[in-house]
Amino acid sequence: MELIIKNGIVYDPLNGVKGEAMDIYVKDGKIVEKADGSKAQVIDATNMLVLPGGVDMHTHFAGPKVNLARMLRPEDHYKDPQRKRGVRRCGTGYSIPSVFTTGYWYAEMGFTLAFEAANPPLKMMHVQDELNDTPLIDKGAYPVFGNNWYVMESLSKGKIEECAAYIAWVLSAIKGYAIKVVDPGSVEEWKWGKGQIGDMDKQVENFGITPKEIVRGLAKVAKLLNLPHHLHIHTNMLGNPGNSEVTLETMKAVKDLVTNGELLIHMAHLQFHSYGGKEKDWNSFRSGSEEIMKYINKNPYVSFDMGQIAFTDTTTMTADGPFEYNLYEITKNKWMNADIEFETGSGIVPIEYKRDNFVHSIMWAVGLELALLSKDLWRVALSTDHPNGAPLTFYPRVISWLMSKKARERVLKLIPSSARSKTLLGSIDREFNFEEIAIITRASPAKLLGLKEKGHLGIGADADIAIYDINPKALDPERDYRKIRKAFRFAKYTIKDGKIVYKDNEIIEHFIAKTYWVNPHIREDLYNYINSELERNFDKYYTVKISNYKIPEGYLVKSKRIDIITKL
Amino acid sequence: MREIKLSLKEPFIPPLDCSVINTDNFYQNSLEEIKALKIWRGNREVSLEDVFSIHEENISEQGDIKIYIEGDLSKARRIGQGMSFGEIIIKGNYGLYLGAHMKGGKITVYGDCGSWVGVEMEGGFIEVKGNVGDYLASSYRGTTKGMKGGTILVNGNCGVEACGWMSGGIVKVMGNSGIFPGIHMKGGIIYVKGDCAGRAGANMIAGRVIINGKVDDILPSFKIEEVRGSVKVGDEKIEGPFYVFVGDLSDEGDGRLFVHVNNNPHLKKYEEYIP
Repeated sequence: MELIIKNGIVYDPLNGVKGEAMDIYVKDGKIVEKADGSKAQVIDATNMLVLPGGVDMHTHFAGPKVNLARMLRPEDHYKDPQRKRGVRRCGTGYSIPSVFTTGYWYAEMGFTLAFEAANPPLKMMHVQDELNDTPLIDKGAYPVFGNNWYVMESLSKGKIEECAAYIAWVLSAIKGYAIKVVDPGSVEEWKWGKGQIGDMDKQVENFGITPKEIVRGLAKVAKLLNLPHHLHIHTNMLGNPGNSEVTLETMKAVKDLVTNGELLIHMAHLQFHSYGGKEKDWNSFRSGSEEIMKYINKNPYVSFDMGQIAFTDTTTMTADGPFEYNLYEITKNKWMNADIEFETGSGIVPIEYKRDNFVHSIMWAVGLELALLSKDLWRVALSTDHPNGAPLTFYPRVISWLMSKKARERVLKLIPSSARSKTLLGSIDREFNFEEIAIITRASPAKLLGLKEKGHLGIGADADIAIYDINPKALDPERDYRKIRKAFRFAKYTIKDGKIVYKDNEIIEHFIAKTYWVNPHIREDLYNYINSELERNFDKYYTVKISNYKIPEGYLVKSKRIDIITKL
Repeated sequence: MREIKLSLKEPFIPPLDCSVINTDNFYQNSLEEIKALKIWRGNREVSLEDVFSIHEENISEQGDIKIYIEGDLSKARRIGQGMSFGEIIIKGNYGLYLGAHMKGGKITVYGDCGSWVGVEMEGGFIEVKGNVGDYLASSYRGTTKGMKGGTILVNGNCGVEACGWMSGGIVKVMGNSGIFPGIHMKGGIIYVKGDCAGRAGANMIAGRVIINGKVDDILPSFKIEEVRGSVKVGDEKIEGPFYVFVGDLSDEGDGRLFVHVNNNPHLKKYEEYIP
């Protein structure tokens, strides 16, 4: 099938296109140089904004914790039922949408790629099941390794190669995409009732390894394995006052591993890790974005996503069990947690972010400060850490806050004055233009994920295209931020793999797109060694057999394997 | 004043979603429009006229609106949802969610009601002449926001977990109550004139639970504070004497549980612990 998008105003930062009116030709799901005009379907995009399909590199939309949250929160669903309409299947919202609804909502916003950000390898079958049912977006998942016994044991003995081989084995066995670290060492310690580790040099008792050593070890592993995405890390002490010091320490811990100016570490939902103040003293809570951004601007080996919050009722879910327990202590809300055997922990707590809350309003400002203070947007991605900061449907709102000082000031006026004085946001005049928005929602995350065919509209790229009904030339984003919000929430057209899947508020097609995973090739003797070690481990520690742990490639509805030549 | 009379044409088996039957909705519409309103009977959408015969009487400029409904409505649900004024009178038994999210006005039922009467209600008055089911004036599944204001009067018995997560308003039950009246209560008053099946006030943080009849046992997480002569429920004064318990201490709560002294001689042992 051929498609011509005529005369749209295109922003394609990876190819240096800045708002030029041009035609885009699509053939067989790829962008091509020229299409045969007689057979092709033509979309007239005159005076419309044309962008590559959106990329969400950090989100939680599939897997056991999402499903547990669905069970924990019946009220989240009955307040936002989604009815069947045409090919659109029924479902529920709001902060933990059902699988179909997740896919539709992404398509409505012009997003075509999303990565599920924290999954215990043991539960990966469930993750793949839900990814198999999430329509209209390409996807993948990051398994968590930060509290994995095998990882901690091999790293504490200094066996980096063995650790790398183990991770390569797991990634290809359970079809993961990158290495995710959640609260390294701390979850394991907490599982034995010993509290959270806030000091990066404190040892995890049962393994004799510090969080710093885990982060360094796994950063080395990611380099050894040549993974397309570098180490994706959620640092210790999430959400605590004064945690910016731990965040800085984590970044500094891997600085000496940089050899060639490459990216080494991705700080996930940085907003939750950038607070000043004294530990455990909530009155001293303030924005720590300035110190953090000063460091990140100077050090090009660090990338981050925002983790912006919005004032709404949402659900927090993470593998960071100790944080969720603390949050339960503060909110006294219903909660649940789980121990994932050999691998990690997790927890879920619903939360309502309130505009009149001192802490929440500072958190809101910190996320925006981080993006606005950044000097290199090619290392920044937009995220709300869906649904931890806000449901994914709030991205347009975040975009409008970044594009309009007026929109930010409207909220700033409503937050407590005591909170306003603890933030910088009021003094920042920067407003993003459409090109910068295209970078942080498309080009940069695709680049950070190492996906060459995503996030741009050059020849050979996947034909994932979003067309929005606004004219960037005729619109003043500062004043018309409401129009921006509306346009980015409901795209005019969303094109996935060269097919129009969403048009004028209707889902037109329902199909399952690709699931990305990596297959690192390692030496055969290493592979056999890991296999025999694991067989012993599985008999001793796991509730499943090793043969039931692996997921065959045929299990994925549409598998997209990335074979990697590693240094092993 | 508009008076609209609905009477059920024939008994029905599938459940009937009547969320359109509320005074706010009827007030804005003419009789013809009301007849054409869509409701769900089971999995089929039908018009209101298919289910009820509808008449309008006494149209005068003054006053608001009264809706009379007749028939066995024990399969109907969501009548009076979110209404803010006027009056609904139901003659017959009624099903689920009476006056859910109601903000004002009055509903009277001459019969029994099912569960979830006055769920998440914010204001107004509900009177039920018969018994009600479970979760009277409580929160709906999963939420932590129960009844916020208004008054409910039940002349019969109520089921379990009455006034769960309630934060304001008054509920009077003239008959007996099932277990867990006032569970997770954050404010407001529940008065049970008859007996209570037990576990009164579990997890309550604030508010008052008043049991006039017999209650077998007080939860161990409550401590006795005093014996009081009487207690006020709205404008009404209920004569005691009452044991006053504070709890629920397992939730660091400061709610008050009143239990009648004369009807509960087996609780006499508590008197020695009065500080």
